[in-house]
Amino acid sequence: MGLEEELSEWNKSIKAKERKPLNTSGLEIKRLYTPLDLKEFDYLKSLGFPGKHPYTRGVYPTMYRTRPWTMRQYAGFGTAKETNERYKYLLSQGQTGLSVAFDLPTQVGIDSDDELALGEVGKVGVAIDSIEDMETLFDEIDLSKISTSMTINAPATVLLAMYITVGEKKGIDRKALNGTVQNDILKEYIARGTYIYPPVPSMRLTTDLITYCSTEVPKWHAISISGYHMREAGATAAQEIAFTLADGITYCEEVMKRGIGIDDFAPNLSFFFASHSNFFEEVAKFRAARRMWAEIVKNRFNAKEERSCALKFHTQTGGVTLTAQQPENNIVRVALQALAAVLGGTQSLHTNSFDEALALPSERSVNIALRTQQLIAYESGVCDTVDPLGGSYYIEWLTDSLEEKAWKYIDEIDRMGGMMKAVDNGYVQREIANSAYEYQLKVENKEHIIVGVNEFKNDEKVNMELLKVDEAVERAQVEKLKRLRDRRDKSRVEESLRTLEKKCESDENLMPYVLECVKSYATLGEICGAMKKVFGEYRPPEVF
Amino acid sequence: MSLRVMIAKPGLDGHDRGAKVLARALRDAGMEVIYTGIRRTPSEIAEAAVEEDVDVLGLNCLSGAHMSLFPKVIEELKARGADDIIIIASGIIPEEDSEKLKALGIREVFGPGSSVKEIVDFIKSLDKSRNG
Repeated sequence: MGLEEELSEWNKSIKAKERKPLNTSGLEIKRLYTPLDLKEFDYLKSLGFPGKHPYTRGVYPTMYRTRPWTMRQYAGFGTAKETNERYKYLLSQGQTGLSVAFDLPTQVGIDSDDELALGEVGKVGVAIDSIEDMETLFDEIDLSKISTSMTINAPATVLLAMYITVGEKKGIDRKALNGTVQNDILKEYIARGTYIYPPVPSMRLTTDLITYCSTEVPKWHAISISGYHMREAGATAAQEIAFTLADGITYCEEVMKRGIGIDDFAPNLSFFFASHSNFFEEVAKFRAARRMWAEIVKNRFNAKEERSCALKFHTQTGGVTLTAQQPENNIVRVALQALAAVLGGTQSLHTNSFDEALALPSERSVNIALRTQQLIAYESGVCDTVDPLGGSYYIEWLTDSLEEKAWKYIDEIDRMGGMMKAVDNGYVQREIANSAYEYQLKVENKEHIIVGVNEFKNDEKVNMELLKVDEAVERAQVEKLKRLRDRRDKSRVEESLRTLEKKCESDENLMPYVLECVKSYATLGEICGAMKKVFGEYRPPEVF
Repeated sequence: MSLRVMIAKPGLDGHDRGAKVLARALRDAGMEVIYTGIRRTPSEIAEAAVEEDVDVLGLNCLSGAHMSLFPKVIEELKARGADDIIIIASGIIPEEDSEKLKALGIREVFGPGSSVKEIVDFIKSLDKSRNG
């Protein structure tokens, strides 16, 4: 008897009642997976070797056997001084990369003394108004040795210019700087909301930055194409892959329109995904995304160099999966999600702290989060071989199936004329909102169990030390800014801003002019304000 | 007549998954719902609430700026003589802030971990008291 008959006999013999689970992407999960589920499977074509096309098993040949992923906790609150202290603490505890969380005024390009900044200064991240703050932020940190990721989008050119300038002041050549700016404006319109300008000038800034880095800051990742925020907003795993890669396609097209070849910038692209709670679905998601991107870069954009095709990514565990109830349970959730990211081959990782449904993380909670990564890296043995789950019938079937689902969305977006159109007509936002609502209904009717929330509840009162950002931070920051405005060379500031404004009307790359503004001690709000005069401001369409 | 509810996002916070899910749940529960979208100022929200003649205004903020923004919305409504609009609030709001906001006139505050059903039921109960 062959396998097919044997399996059919076995299935018939089973009388037990069982669930028929669906994963987040709506795939029905079977009782058992066998070689019959991998009929099209061709080892060399589907998987190949790590560090080789199509990179399904990982982007480097030796992966974590050479060194573990970069442990990079997203951090920032209050003033630059407080955040600098947190960075030094994290580094002293074995963190291997920095990741800057900016407050919302910084992210939308306004100064701390702007009327719209009221109440927001230093709240969800660190307040940065000028190069002065940026110097404090990286005080006593060796930027030639550490890589820094900055979650900054609409004003990414300004913050990168500040970073380059801080490096110069420390005597480090820009060519030696290593790190990432998020610089992914498309997903801001879709999910995250920190846009400033309308899409067309925003795309110009994004591509100015990518183009500038390709020659001037060659080790810098000029964009981190992010699925994370779309996932947080409700996207399924398959939608997360599809919408992220569709954004990636758009950025490639925009840069290539400037006459730059795919192989000149593709190696500097990086990605950012979430890791949520459905363990195997997440592992398969990362693998599928890698294989799809390799296909896109090679066959859609005709890349010649192998390294252009490798999808390198950062992962953060799922913020929306954290619960306010029984918060210590989050430590376990985060550990499982982190493990999925590692088994999916991540290049760097942020593990959420268990108190983050309630506040920014305390020093104690962020320490546990970092220790979680170190435990996985050094105790669990999962780093001993590359892609240990590769070849599992279930994992390979899931990788194939998620890929198939994701291609369908990408085809649909292509039919609409690309991601800019699909965002403009609200398709992507609608898909995500629908998924979020369906998920919520499943939670409300207990089709989806969340421990401590809709099952296994108790009335335990949460009682723990939470980090609170003092209201005095805002006043201090506004005072500091006032002193800077009084002290600096006003004519140099005005001159640099005037030049930038004029250059916004030209086709020239704006990075050198932004750098000059930063060096003249122009503030973030003034620099973005000069651009607004030419570019205008984005007003989102009314929803409902 | 069905209850008219506005869900609003004051401030710079762009996280509106919860706001959108709630807006839809309220609509499915038979209410008329208006969602302002993200990044509105307190005065824009007050203006819209008056113009739309809503019964209930739900404010949501996850960035921690609620103690600056929510009282401003209350002031702006008062300035327009619209203090009959019932205000409820949600977001990452610690217990101590929640008490202060209630003292300022916000009817109920739903902190992290609140369920959609809880909020929908609360707003429904407002409708009964209104008609009663």
